[in-house]
Amino acid sequence: MSKRTGVLGKVLGKQPIGSLFVTPYVVFLAAVFAYPLGFAVYMSFHDYFFTAPGAIVERPFVGFENYATMLSDPAVRRSFVNVGIFLLINVPLTVVLSLLLAYALNGAVRWRGFFRVSYYVPYVTASVAVVGVWLFLFNSNGLVNSVLGPLAPDPSWLVNSNLAMPTVAIYVTWKQLGFFILLYLAALQNVSKDLYEAASMDGAGRIKSFWNVTVPGVRPATTLVVLLATVTGANLFTEPYLLTGGGGPDGASASPVLIMYQRGIEQGNPDIGAAIGVLLVVGVLILALVERRFVGREN
Amino acid sequence: MKRRKVTAALLALGLTGVAAACGGSDGGGDADAAAQAKGEITVWLSNNAEEVAWGKQMVAAWNAAHPEEKVTAQEIPTGKSSEEVIGAAITAGNAPCLIFNTSPASVSQFQKQGGLVALDGFDGGKEYVESRTGKVAEQYRSTDGKYYQLPWKDNPVMIFYNKKAFAKAGIDTTKPPLATYDEFLATSRKLVAAKAAKFAIYPAPSNEFYQSWFDFYPLFAAESGGKQLVADGKAQFASDEGKKVAGFWRTMYADKLASQEKYTGDSFVDGTAAMAIVGPWAVATYKGKVEWGAVPVPTSAGKPANETYTFSDAKNVAMYSACKNRGTAWEVLKFATSKEQDGKLLEATGQMPLRDAVATAYPEYFQKNPDYQQFADQAARTVEVPNVPNSITIWQTFRDAYSKSVIFGQEDPGAALDGAVQKVDQLAKQS
Repeated sequence: MSKRTGVLGKVLGKQPIGSLFVTPYVVFLAAVFAYPLGFAVYMSFHDYFFTAPGAIVERPFVGFENYATMLSDPAVRRSFVNVGIFLLINVPLTVVLSLLLAYALNGAVRWRGFFRVSYYVPYVTASVAVVGVWLFLFNSNGLVNSVLGPLAPDPSWLVNSNLAMPTVAIYVTWKQLGFFILLYLAALQNVSKDLYEAASMDGAGRIKSFWNVTVPGVRPATTLVVLLATVTGANLFTEPYLLTGGGGPDGASASPVLIMYQRGIEQGNPDIGAAIGVLLVVGVLILALVERRFVGREN
Repeated sequence: MKRRKVTAALLALGLTGVAAACGGSDGGGDADAAAQAKGEITVWLSNNAEEVAWGKQMVAAWNAAHPEEKVTAQEIPTGKSSEEVIGAAITAGNAPCLIFNTSPASVSQFQKQGGLVALDGFDGGKEYVESRTGKVAEQYRSTDGKYYQLPWKDNPVMIFYNKKAFAKAGIDTTKPPLATYDEFLATSRKLVAAKAAKFAIYPAPSNEFYQSWFDFYPLFAAESGGKQLVADGKAQFASDEGKKVAGFWRTMYADKLASQEKYTGDSFVDGTAAMAIVGPWAVATYKGKVEWGAVPVPTSAGKPANETYTFSDAKNVAMYSACKNRGTAWEVLKFATSKEQDGKLLEATGQMPLRDAVATAYPEYFQKNPDYQQFADQAARTVEVPNVPNSITIWQTFRDAYSKSVIFGQEDPGAALDGAVQKVDQLAKQS
């Protein structure tokens, strides 16, 4: 193959056939991720609303006006605090539970197949279908309060300003656990048996070998779990929408995406919705970089 | 390492970005030519089975008489709400010619999008709207003075009560004491104390913008003698009447006579609540399940039924700007809202055509269905949502204040309503 020069050569690289193979995915990324994101940024800096084709409207550049409007809205500010609370509960809980359960399921337990399926079923079941069960469990006359008796909170879980978001976070943790257990199960296959044997010979018990062999051994998976849980958590919408009827009580479980939906779609202010979205993207990006720095660091 | 950081960042950016994105487009069209154009059109119906049945027969009747101008009917595509679906269809330019499920609360938004056709633009359009609807038509006129919707049907909201539950609590089932707030509260306490139902009434306590149409607004209409939430660009809900209504509902929630929790299903049918606040569309769902009676919504001092207003819960017909054959669409609109078709709608659904003197227009129906007579009487005194800019934002603003104070008791209801006034006034003034 002759050596290419110039711009085309630089773009296509030494193996142009490779570029051909990645083209479909590049096109997909551009159409589904890059263009909508760019368009959202554009909308957030303009007085923008959706119109019928052919409608002639002014869409002037408004600078940070949409951001100022958004940040002056207490509901928006609260939604970011809410999602922060959600992530603080959901992400660590997801990591700890999915790792522990994967470790247990990786061992020679009875009914291993049954347990694996049991944990995975909620993940592949639509939230809409499962929410009814959780409402039955967590409403004031639900099973949980019946068990708790006089210790049951009043107001009950989903209508309590302090408990609504943690309840949603626990629900989401339970629902997604199966997927993250699967990631850890795959990672556990790659932890060398020799390391466990060596630890055993050095006198390490189960807990010590878990802490010193398993946890470092699945670190790449932990990084992925943390990032995915953060990103999916930041995009929380369905669960508060279904469980708490539009982010109640008094907005205590409203997420930024729920507010985006209200402002952008229901109320016809996509420019405000886009500004919320852009802020969310930036926030998640920063969070992801921080997590990557701390969770993904090498020993 | 650096590359992995970038990859992780891009992953986060990409996944989150999807939630932040939407799009629009621009095109063109000749409205004058379209207004005269004849040919095939598409219409959307609601997902209500009875309405679909009515729609199919209406379309069949039209198509039989106009084979050259075929109408195709389909149910409105599924979405979180029909308004959301319609808004998306307007933006995409693929809305049908007519939608027989247009919420008056969304009209100002659809209009702003350039998605609606003013009916005044057709020969005799304004006259047709006003002659079919009577003086109520005024409530449906947009701020530019034009009609972008044809009032079609309403479901005057009343208090339904479960006769068995009332009998169990020892309450009169023919004339239950529900006319004043004091009577309503006393009756509610009796019902709950007698364990006739867990709750006296169960309006949805969730935060969606439209939920106030089924708790605060009907009672506000009654208490204020037919005022809308916003009038002449000013919020009306923080008046003495509004505060009385809010105070009444606050007591209902504080005394656990109404529930703060979301309910999945129909609390009235299930027997969880002894009363429901709803329109006659629900009658079909109660058939064979609940022995019901209905009374007008309460007022603080009590008003005779023939002086009590309520919320209309109307759905109207609108023509959408994506329509190419508007000449045909206009004729279909008139055909579908003729006296004959209105009568068929009434028979099929039990919902009241939004016309003057419904009861006298269809005497045979009301003789055969005396239960519906009171809804026809009530239909003469209904209040619509105000047709103002930012209508849905206004309702959400109101709902947020109401939810926080009345349902969850985290603020004084009067103060919460006062607090929402300024924002609502600003929103109502915007174009």
